[in-house]
Amino acid sequence: MKKVALNAAGLLVALFAAFPVYWMISTSLKPSSEIFSSTPQPVPAHPTLAHYREILTGNLIPGVSFLDFFVNSAIVAVATVVLSGLVALLAATAVARFRFKLRTSFLIMLLVVQMIPLEALVIPLFLMIQRLGLYNTLPSLILTYLGFSLPFAVWMLRGFVAAVPKELEEAAAIDGASRAQTFRRVLFPLVAPGLVATSIFSFITAWNELIFALTFINDQSRYTLPVAMTFFFGRDDTNWGPVMAASTLFTLPVIIFFLLVQRRMVSGLVAGAVKG
Amino acid sequence: MTTLTEVPETAAARENPARRRRRVDRLPYLLLLPALVIIGVLLLWPLGQVVAMSFYRLNSVRQLRGDREWPWVGLGNYTDILSDPFFLTVLRNTVLFAAANVLLTMVLGTLVGLLLNRLGRKMATFVASCVMLAWATPALTGTIVWKWIFDDTSGLVTWLFNALPDGLSNGLFGRSDWTGYGWFNSPLLFFAILTLVVVWHSFPFIAVSVLAGLKSVPSELHEAARVDGASPWRVFWKITFPLLRPVFGILIVLSTIWDFKVFTQQFVLAGGTQDRPTFMLSIYSYAEAFSPPPKYGLGAAIAVILTLILLVVTGFYVRMVLKQEDES
Repeated sequence: MKKVALNAAGLLVALFAAFPVYWMISTSLKPSSEIFSSTPQPVPAHPTLAHYREILTGNLIPGVSFLDFFVNSAIVAVATVVLSGLVALLAATAVARFRFKLRTSFLIMLLVVQMIPLEALVIPLFLMIQRLGLYNTLPSLILTYLGFSLPFAVWMLRGFVAAVPKELEEAAAIDGASRAQTFRRVLFPLVAPGLVATSIFSFITAWNELIFALTFINDQSRYTLPVAMTFFFGRDDTNWGPVMAASTLFTLPVIIFFLLVQRRMVSGLVAGAVKG
Repeated sequence: MTTLTEVPETAAARENPARRRRRVDRLPYLLLLPALVIIGVLLLWPLGQVVAMSFYRLNSVRQLRGDREWPWVGLGNYTDILSDPFFLTVLRNTVLFAAANVLLTMVLGTLVGLLLNRLGRKMATFVASCVMLAWATPALTGTIVWKWIFDDTSGLVTWLFNALPDGLSNGLFGRSDWTGYGWFNSPLLFFAILTLVVVWHSFPFIAVSVLAGLKSVPSELHEAARVDGASPWRVFWKITFPLLRPVFGILIVLSTIWDFKVFTQQFVLAGGTQDRPTFMLSIYSYAEAFSPPPKYGLGAAIAVILTLILLVVTGFYVRMVLKQEDES
């Protein structure tokens, strides 16, 4: 009896959590007549890819297609990931491998800067981007997201670097490897999985971001996907079929990436509070 | 992985670390340098800059570019904001919203965490996977879907209310036809839906963290208490909660910080920055600065106020994390 109640509660939670995602995908596959019918269909009665075709072949905003925005977003996200991964790896090595004077101060700073409300930085960063002449360019966003993703990336990577036994590097050093070689041939391959996990977080940060992209980019052809979607979606008489198809295409890569790394998210954020 | 390379116990190996330490003293700083520069330039400098900007009257992009002068107004922006009754509305919205959301997220997240811990293996995996979906969904698309669910003509909720027996619907709400009902028009209803969206997005993290914490608690403790006849309520407050107190502390602080600065969900749900009665601090700051006519100085002052509030919360967080790093 108790078991039944628990399972029922579990199903209820699962329904609440997953339903919007299901509804997004389900709506995207329904013909418009089903979407706007007065009695909603739980499952698409006549599934169709028409909305996807419309999104992928037509223009999301006059003159610019979904794929153009997709490419903009991808450029920004990939550049952020590469830069942030590289810089974070160096810093994480410093923190995990050396004991030096400012080490603790640096770690505390990492924690504190992660708590800076990024929303409060829109105005000063807008000033900086204007002064640097980067307004209305994709690099303005790459730079911004690099700053946002770096602290968490260092914090997370330091655990991965620390997990590689020091003896391996020492052995390589004895065998005559230079420090650069040790880093490249021993440490780097062993930290690579951690680097992948960290990169995914940086990717999601850059991919999902809306406010700064909304503020720093003026030219519609340079919009990232989130900005394009708010415009596309914000028109009167929302056409939910294509909106849900675009949402699905935007969301799926994030969900896939996220599921790959979610375990580390908890350990990274709760930093030491949860043992084991 | 430790056995990948055997380290020979030679004299050279024993001497090596010491020799290296003396020689490469500067290396860690070199490795840190790029990260320090980026964090300094892109996070700390703007943080100082936002404070500086809040002391000026900045009403055009040309001033930002440096083509025009920056008139100093001292605390003028702050007195303008604090003497405006609208600020009180915004502050009340922000604090009440954050309080309600932290409370609901924590309660729901903890309950789901406890539930996942009690479910059978298959069921737990299934429920946890569904919960992960809510967590993984980007704030933007998650909110768009909720807006579709609350659509005033073909939305699921509108349909659900229309499906209620007319008598019941009339008795409870004074209307039976819900088609065209503006779910987002009254501020209270708007905040209720925003709360639903934010809680839906944020309870998975709490649930998974609580579950991870529970797994680290020896189950004998719970079994012993249950054998002694303690009610689940007592078991939670007398055993689970005290053991997980540090986890709860950090989760509450993190949730508070997140819920204080909700932006994307509100921006999408309200369809921009025009819905002033539902403003909270972060969107208020943004709207003042970027909606024409731009008032960057005023927006900066609001951002500073938001930051100061969060700074206090962050202080608690850092102290907690450091305490735990010491203990582990």
